[in-house]
Amino acid sequence: MAKMDKLLRGILLTAACFIIVLTAGIVYGLVSQSWDAFASFGFFRFIASTEWDSRNDIYGALPFIAGTVMTAVLAILFCIPFSLSVSLFNGEYFRNKKLSLFVSSVVDLLAGVPSIVFGLWGFYTLRPVLVDLGLSQQGFGVLLASIVLAVMIIPYASSLSAEFIAMVPNDLKEGAYSLGATNLEVIQRVSLPVAGSGIFASYILAFGRALGETMAVTMLIGNTNNIPRNLADTGNTMASIIANQFGEAGGLKLSALMVIGLLLFFITASVNFIAKYIMKLVNR
Amino acid sequence: MKKIALFVLLVTLLASCGGSSQKTASVKISGAGATFPAPFYNIVFRDYATASGNEVTYGGIGSGGGIRSLKDKTVDFGATDVFLSAKELSEMGAEVIHIPTALGAVVLSYNLKGVKDLKLTAGLISAIYRGKITNWNDERIKSLNPGANFPDKGITPVYRSDGSGTTAVFSEYMSKVNNEWKESIGEGKSLQFPTGVAAKGNPGVAGIIAETEGAIGYIGSEYALALNIPSAMLQNSSGNFVKADSKNISASANVDIPGDTRVVITNSPNPEAYPVSTFTWIILYKEQQYNKRTEADARALVDLLTHITGPNGQRIATKTYYAPLSTAALEKTTEVINSITYAGQPLSK
Repeated sequence: MAKMDKLLRGILLTAACFIIVLTAGIVYGLVSQSWDAFASFGFFRFIASTEWDSRNDIYGALPFIAGTVMTAVLAILFCIPFSLSVSLFNGEYFRNKKLSLFVSSVVDLLAGVPSIVFGLWGFYTLRPVLVDLGLSQQGFGVLLASIVLAVMIIPYASSLSAEFIAMVPNDLKEGAYSLGATNLEVIQRVSLPVAGSGIFASYILAFGRALGETMAVTMLIGNTNNIPRNLADTGNTMASIIANQFGEAGGLKLSALMVIGLLLFFITASVNFIAKYIMKLVNR
Repeated sequence: MKKIALFVLLVTLLASCGGSSQKTASVKISGAGATFPAPFYNIVFRDYATASGNEVTYGGIGSGGGIRSLKDKTVDFGATDVFLSAKELSEMGAEVIHIPTALGAVVLSYNLKGVKDLKLTAGLISAIYRGKITNWNDERIKSLNPGANFPDKGITPVYRSDGSGTTAVFSEYMSKVNNEWKESIGEGKSLQFPTGVAAKGNPGVAGIIAETEGAIGYIGSEYALALNIPSAMLQNSSGNFVKADSKNISASANVDIPGDTRVVITNSPNPEAYPVSTFTWIILYKEQQYNKRTEADARALVDLLTHITGPNGQRIATKTYYAPLSTAALEKTTEVINSITYAGQPLSK
């Protein structure tokens, strides 16, 4: 038995080390390929420049950073009313009821839908609505991308939040009820404050997911290399510029795309790290 | 017992393998390069394979990749939409020749209810893409199309978000004939436009146009013709407004073609020509004896090229919505194929 134990230990250790080596390899690959762009533009000039000129080989990432931040922040704002309601529904009001199980499986289903399907829905269904509303001439842009992103991240934000809300100790809630508090007051004064940092962490995770989403955004944002001037304006995100241009890119342009990939890697990694850290504090 | 049975099985398998390969004795030809002619090549290569018993494989990896693969000698021929510059030719190590196989064009497709046979000039296209004309009821568009009824509808110019030969051909033409375009947008595979939306690939651009009233965008003719997407008539260098069909695209190559076939045929002087047309080429080494290539390998390759540029191959080009080579182009192409040698000896019969 002890022998088997040792063997299993060895296998697990190898698998774990392999993941670390793999991640390190990805970072190494990105860094080594980004070197040319760093050397020619300098890090701060690269992220502060709005120029993306293939003809003269001058590249800057500001429009894409702006597009990424705008779409992700808007997506979080749009998704809060829905995902918070869903998580209260599943975690508090209808906890363990049949209806709640049904709703949470539908939400989970949403998480499993490939992003290209969301892209199609945005392109063929939502975009004509925005055009009819007169928001813009062709519908593409930050607003369209953000709305679809918001729908895509609802499951990430709501499932985890619901768990944190369900974790609020019953004694606390019962205490509040015994003092004559209504349902709403219990949620406002007890559940939300207690589960608050957990909910916050789940929104940060959802934010990380919105930052890196590629396919649906590429289909909907309009792919123009400018800083969006308003919500109806078109733009480009860090993920979508890579998806659009890596195919025929070479030399300095490829290196510039690698820098954007590296930035995206570190931004999403740190967002995830922050969320995990907050959750650890909560669980303690 | 089991081992013996396995051994017998193995021997029979090996024997059968050996037998079959001896029987066919076919030559394997491999190529890689441009994606633009890939639909044509896939069919014409299969057609050649059935006719000759030789095998042809083709990888649509982009023109740049095709040139690199030929240079690395990992393929027997490359394919490119842009002919090699003098500098690129000198870097290939030995003499490389260009064989035009078909023509394609870039068309301006649009979505405007009730407007058929839209006429456009390079000046108008330039003004639309530079954001100087923003509505379809602009006087400049109306005066060029007196019969048509233009709605009060904003124009959404659509362009390619990825680097592409389509953008390169279109912008080369625009820069050649319109100074404002040349100075603001310029030419290249991947460009910055001051207005409009962008999408990936011909299908991306065509999809946006199909779903957006008032949109206009440039797409490859092979894609537009295959799907029957309406496109504008453009004014050519003789002042005629011409449709992008197989005949008019071919006509743009009915001009003086240089001996090496390396020529840009946009804005062709031929009065019937559609102005935004281009050749697509297969490139290969003129001297075929390299890297242990046998004379049979070289002969099969010449055979393949003769098949593509012959009547059967060109019929397939038309069927797959490319334009066939013009008489002038065919003449020069045959000369180039005849110049291919093996160990210094010409290969053609």
